[in-house]
Formats: sequence, structure tokens, C-alpha cells
Amino acid sequence: MRRLFIWLPLMLLLAFVGLFASGLFRPDDRVIHSRLVGQPLPAFSLPAAASDRPPLASTQLATGKPRLLNIFASWCVPCAAEAPQLMALKQAGVEIDAIAIRDARPDVDRFLARYGNPYARIGLDARSAVQIALGSSGVPESFVIDGQGRIAYQHIGDIRADDVPMILDRLRDAQ
Amino acid sequence: MTRLVALLLALLATPLAAQTALPPAPWADRQIPDPAQERQARALMETIRCLTCQSQSIADSGASMAGDMRSQIRERIMAGEKPEAIRQWLISRYGDWVSYEPTAAPILWPLWAAPLLLLALGLLLLRGRIKRGKQP
Repeated sequence: MRRLFIWLPLMLLLAFVGLFASGLFRPDDRVIHSRLVGQPLPAFSLPAAASDRPPLASTQLATGKPRLLNIFASWCVPCAAEAPQLMALKQAGVEIDAIAIRDARPDVDRFLARYGNPYARIGLDARSAVQIALGSSGVPESFVIDGQGRIAYQHIGDIRADDVPMILDRLRDAQ
Repeated sequence: MTRLVALLLALLATPLAAQTALPPAPWADRQIPDPAQERQARALMETIRCLTCQSQSIADSGASMAGDMRSQIRERIMAGEKPEAIRQWLISRYGDWVSYEPTAAPILWPLWAAPLLLLALGLLLLRGRIKRGKQP
């Protein structure tokens, strides 16, 4: 018993060294996933964010057909980088709606004129209220919504060119 | 002299909004008129983690999303919602991660048990000492 106690400090030291080493070599995952994946969309109704697109309400996302809900903002740089991929998804027949976070209509208009407008409807979330209700922690994010209005998948960060086939698969699975 | 003036002017300049051009939400940096409600809101905000700057509470963070969350918390407290209900609502969106308040979830049982275990260990060691001290 006593002999075991003598080794205890060394064992503790080794345990801590192991803990710190694993923390050093394992990349830190700071991405916060929404807990609402698999659950129905929270109810919301937002005013129009762009001059030439209708406003967005949660009921319009349950249409019996999967849709993509893109969270973006005109002040967000990765959102501009994501625009060509959204355009490609639209050309592949995906219906995309959007929520513009902390934005203003003239800014959204300018952003869409510059980077293209793949959206059917755009709601304006001036105080991030719907973003918080969705469990989304930043822009851009994209949610695959199934035909019943449930969240099937959350994509955090911009959609890169090599993410497009995966997003199309997720949309097909959400049928 | 010109340098000093430039420095003083630089101190007066307001930093450009880094994230958005919109003004902060109405209750982001304004206290609730009722001090009791403001105390409740403040206590809650200090234990809710900012999603943008992940090591700060939303009470300390200057991120625009933290401001929006502060405003929403104050508005909901003014509407009569209980702070713990708002915390649970946020946890149902972002998980336990969003709250700095430790929960009673099984994963934290070792944490709650640690003081008792350490106390027991201390008593054990003390008993050994006392016993040994008694032997002449």
C-alpha cells in the first residue's frame, strides 16, 4: 500500500503530461453545432431584406420539398466567397431561401447586385433573433430543411466548391 | 506638438464597426429601468458564453451577436420571463456549452464529488498522522 503511494505523484505527473500532449496534438474543435438538427424549425416571420425578393416566414419552408436555408450578411466576407457555390446549387435545381443577419436593405441590394442572387425569398433578421432561435452561431451557415419543415443538416461556414455534391446528397436524403 | 495633437485626435476617433454597420440593438447597452430586473438580467448575462468570442461572457463581449443576445435577454426579462427559463431556452439551441453555470449532468458528477473525495483523503492522512504521533 505504502509503496503504491510513493508512485502516485509520478503517475499523476505522467497523466497530466499525457493530457497536455493530447491537447497539443489534437486540433481544437470550436464549432458550435445547433441542437435543433432533427427538430422542426422554430416559428418566425421576417420582413423582406431585399427590394426584389419577398419576405420569409418559417411556414414557407415546409413545402413538401427539401430546401436550403442560407444565413448570410452583406458585411460578411466568406458569404461573398460562398456566392458562386450557391449559384451552382440553384442551377442544380435547389430552392434556396435566405436570412440576412444585422443587415440593411440597401446593403443587401448592393451585395446581391455584386455577387448574384440565388435566393427565392430573403428575410431580414436585424437583431439576430431568428439566428439565435436557430442555434446558429455565425455567418455564413446553411440549413437543409426537409419537406415537413424539419432541420435535416446544418453546414457551418461557407460552402466550398467541393462541399456542393455533399449538400446535394443531404438535400436528396431529406426528401 | 503636431504629434501630440495627432495622438489626442486618435484617442477621440471612434473605431470603425468591424462587423456590421447597424447600430446596436436597443437594450444591448442600456439598463432596464427596474434595478431588480437589471440585476437578474446582468447575473444571467455574466453566465452566458459569447458565441463569437468564446472565452468571454456576453456581458463582457463587444461582438455584435453578444449585443443582440444581451438585448434579447433584457427584453425577455422585462416581459416577465424567468432567467433560468431563458438559460434553458439557450441551452436547447446551443447545448450546455453556452452556459457557464455548471449543471448536475452525470458528466460533472466527478467535479461535484471532488471536494468530498479530497476532504476524505485529507481526514485519512490526518488520522494516520495522529495515530503515528501518539506512538512514543
